Amino acid sequence: MIELNPLLIFFAAIFTNNMIFSYFLGMCSFISVSNEIPTSLGLGQAVTFVLTFTTIANYLLYHYVLVPLGLEYLRFIIFIISIAAFVQLLEMVVEKYFPNLYYALGIFLPLITVNCAILGVSLFMVIRQYTFLQSLAFGVGSGIGWTLAIVAMAGIKQRLKRAIIPKGLEGPGITLIITGLMALAFVGFSGIVQIQ
Amino acid sequence: METIFITTITVTAFTGLLAFLLTLADRTIGDYGQVKLTINENREYIVDGGNSLLSTLIEQKIFIPSACGGKGTCGYCKVKVLEGGGPVLSTELPWLTEEEVENNIRLSCQCKIKENIKIEIPEELFNVREYETTVEFIEDLTPTIKRLRLRLKEGEEINFKPGQYIQLKAPIYEGNDEEVYRAYSIASPPSEKNYIDLIIGYVPGGIATTYVHKYLKAGDTVHINGPYGNFYYQDNYKNEMILVAVGTGMAPILSILYYMKENNIKRKARFYFGARTPEDLFLLDVMEDFEKTLYDFKFVPTLSRVLDEHNWTGERGRVNVVLDRHIKSPEDKEAYLCGSPGMIDTVVGLLKEKGILEEYIYYDKF
Repeated sequence: MIELNPLLIFFAAIFTNNMIFSYFLGMCSFISVSNEIPTSLGLGQAVTFVLTFTTIANYLLYHYVLVPLGLEYLRFIIFIISIAAFVQLLEMVVEKYFPNLYYALGIFLPLITVNCAILGVSLFMVIRQYTFLQSLAFGVGSGIGWTLAIVAMAGIKQRLKRAIIPKGLEGPGITLIITGLMALAFVGFSGIVQIQ
Repeated sequence: METIFITTITVTAFTGLLAFLLTLADRTIGDYGQVKLTINENREYIVDGGNSLLSTLIEQKIFIPSACGGKGTCGYCKVKVLEGGGPVLSTELPWLTEEEVENNIRLSCQCKIKENIKIEIPEELFNVREYETTVEFIEDLTPTIKRLRLRLKEGEEINFKPGQYIQLKAPIYEGNDEEVYRAYSIASPPSEKNYIDLIIGYVPGGIATTYVHKYLKAGDTVHINGPYGNFYYQDNYKNEMILVAVGTGMAPILSILYYMKENNIKRKARFYFGARTPEDLFLLDVMEDFEKTLYDFKFVPTLSRVLDEHNWTGERGRVNVVLDRHIKSPEDKEAYLCGSPGMIDTVVGLLKEKGILEEYIYYDKF
């Protein structure tokens, strides 16, 4: 395996290997919370924030606990639990010490536990055998990529408000179609950088 | 065998550790210690921080009107936070007008107490309590309107001003899976402190009205809290009173009339009551009695959908039409209105046009 520059991974995670447009991860909140740009941005920030910290936590957990014990196959359970607990902990810390950030993120912070992009990043990190710096770059990049995707979707949806949409396609239906179109557009980036 | 053993131990240890960490965090980071809650400058409470303002107030037996029970979905539990409530949250904004945000009005169920906090609430709310009552009777006034009497426990009293309302809790029943509170005006005299009468119309699909009309029977237990509201009898002695109500809006007016009768208040009063057909009129005997016993009172019912076969000789048209005919001069008049927002808006507009001062128009929209 070629040693990838963390910076390369960072940009790849935003554009070519975007969590939403290449892997369709984190779709539920992407579809349901992408109605207003400010809210989408808030959620995106929260996801990026949590991704950064859970990637670090899970990296340490995997390499210093699971691997030495030969329990790699437990990573699904352990990652999920650690993400859930971590988000709770993070919420308390942010609430107490960074009230402004807490108020900015609001209800989105606890909701992120169930965002599958978070687990996805932790698992990809293991599958692709990233080093610590690579994982960190991947985590932050994926978060920013996810934010980019949801904000773009919110922007498009605001334009769509006055559009005439076939009855059966209103709401999630048209969102999925647009996501597909956006994913096609993002394929255009794939020539720039490529990671796995 | 060994693998199973290690797996179990690791997972147990890991979850145990996280549980421990979270408990520890809750005790340390989540602990905001004791904070001082100051209400209306003169009342101070020492309370545990970290909870919502609404639940903290309820713990202190101070009831803020709240229909949804703190979920942030009704927008009733507004209080003025003078100091220490943190910024307004996005979960509150849908319920607050720009003016309210500027005046530091917050939803008390969303605002968390983390530091010393100063709030302002109407003084009457200290009078608000929760009561467990028993249905003494429930009767039909019209095919769609019922009157019920709720008897408080022996020795208990409710002190309210004529015109105020209570909140009735509709429990979970077949077809309804959430508890809701709905506001109803008290229709009985304030001197009767051991019971209250309510007049409740049937709204198809309404959670509380369906409960009252289809399920409630004499002997049942009903939970209420109150009294609330700043719509009540005002002691502006020289003013002539214009009372206006449609349908179940008669309830608070009834309480006001009982109060005037019991206290022998010598004021001129006219009660304009709107309904559709003669069948929608109720408590006519009570009104007749008021006409005889009150100092100067006239009941003016008006029907908007009257047919020839009804042999109706009274007023016709909606209340605003009748008011327009009856009110000649605006001097020394004050108005009490109770009814739907549409009726209130129309009538308030009309009365202002007639020249009655806005501060002398009191109303209760429902």
